[in-house]
Amino acid sequence: MNDVVVLGAGMHPWGKWGRGFVEYGVKAARDALADAGLDWRDIQFLAGADTIRNGYPGFVAGATFAQALGWTGARVSSSYAACASGSQALANARAHILAGLADVALVVGADAAPKGFFAPVGGDRPDDPDWVRFHVLGATNPTYFGLYARRRIDLYGATVEDFARVKVKNARNGLHNPNARYRKAFTVEQVAASPVVADPLRLMDICATSDGAAAIVLCSAEFAARHTTRPVRVAAVSTVTPTFPSATVELPDIATDSSVAVAPPDLSFRASLAHAAYEEAGIGPEDLSLAEVYDLSTALESDWIEDLAICGRGEAEKLLRDGATEITGRIPVNASGGLASFGEAVPAQAIAQVCELAWQLRGQAGARQVPDAKVGITANQGLFGHGSSVIVTR
Amino acid sequence: MKDRKPVVPGWFTTDGEFRLLGTKCTACGTVFFPRQETFCRNPACAGGDFAEVRLSARGTVWSYTNAGYRPPAPYVSDPDAEWEPFTIVAVRLAEEGMIVLGQAEPGVTVDDLTVGAEMEVVPGVLYETDEQVFTTWRFKPTGAAA
Ligand SMILES: [Zn+2]
Repeated sequence: MNDVVVLGAGMHPWGKWGRGFVEYGVKAARDALADAGLDWRDIQFLAGADTIRNGYPGFVAGATFAQALGWTGARVSSSYAACASGSQALANARAHILAGLADVALVVGADAAPKGFFAPVGGDRPDDPDWVRFHVLGATNPTYFGLYARRRIDLYGATVEDFARVKVKNARNGLHNPNARYRKAFTVEQVAASPVVADPLRLMDICATSDGAAAIVLCSAEFAARHTTRPVRVAAVSTVTPTFPSATVELPDIATDSSVAVAPPDLSFRASLAHAAYEEAGIGPEDLSLAEVYDLSTALESDWIEDLAICGRGEAEKLLRDGATEITGRIPVNASGGLASFGEAVPAQAIAQVCELAWQLRGQAGARQVPDAKVGITANQGLFGHGSSVIVTR
Repeated sequence: MKDRKPVVPGWFTTDGEFRLLGTKCTACGTVFFPRQETFCRNPACAGGDFAEVRLSARGTVWSYTNAGYRPPAPYVSDPDAEWEPFTIVAVRLAEEGMIVLGQAEPGVTVDDLTVGAEMEVVPGVLYETDEQVFTTWRFKPTGAAA
């Protein structure tokens, strides 16, 4: 019995609001506390997910949020793992609860993102892979998404229209999400008409950078029994690293490991994240009601669907074309609207995925509700071997 | 004549036949690029001695894309010049069991490439300043299918 319970969930809507990340985080935290029916002073542990673009307060987000909410003497942590920061913070809070060090914890991630491409911090740093890929290759994040997408075309016969269909689906789902940044429907033609960023991906295939925040109140099963009659349980938090030699091109590296001395593992990094989550939860992909996956690009959603073993390699476009990944389909993917509708608020997004699962499993997702949702999975990837997959059940 | 300088020192030969340079763990044989010289990243290996090795001259396309927009600094480009997309290729080297990214030779577009096609590594110029020419590696199709 390794379950902890999501007692509350909250967000600050995604957008370009022009304010500081602390303000967004406090709003999300207060919403999560209200949703849990708790006061901030009830929280014993605060896990912050760090952002790096705001100087020291960003690097030490845990205590920054604790100070903003009012010092209470709660235990605190700060986590940085780029897009997996939120799940690292969640894992940290869960571990504290499972170890008996806390009964109830608050997990907060918030960001105020810059416009345009993400870029590395300054200076000449040839020993930093992130600096090298920009300086030596001009390889932005979309470069990597483009590489993955082009492989789908050449190996599996995917088309740019298939990729556009992911955007169309997710945008349609996001219409019904009050926290989504873009609440606008798109057509395949509109996506195809947008300029190429990283062939074969267009501007509308790639997620924007956004401001936003998400928060979760997490507690022990015993604590939950006193506060809710409809617990939503976290059955797994997978944060495993890749296994050597990692044979897939991974952001921000400019080369993979060599497999000349050791054969590559059976599972790619992304697949291993999901595999570990299934093992921990004791379920399989056939048990899923829905999935929230990291659609940094439209084509990447298809990669994740296969990494989650929802279908075989090269079969994700068929699911999409058949409508299986629609809210009304067999396995809805990104019912929230995904990053296509939210954009990316780096330390908040992995937490936001869990918020969506909590609302879906409680039946509170309104017009984007997946019928009778019982089991949900998230998947995301950060940098340098960070990533996560979370399974939530009711 | 401007001084020619590798964009990062020690990553490719600057004379003789052009090759990428990596390092090889003397204990387990794993090859590293960019070069690794202090500890082996194979978890089963305690090695710490490395020999410089010339990497394969050829490989096959793992995937490819292009830069439709100007990348931000530290990529060096003339902000006043009209943006010309360049092609980026991920090439699986023939001998090392590793994939290396590189820019394609100027004039090679995504339309010239396909997953599995054979590529060779060739010298190139990444950018120039008033005093120096910064050299790099490029990938170029050999014209052979895999
Ligand atoms: Zn070794």
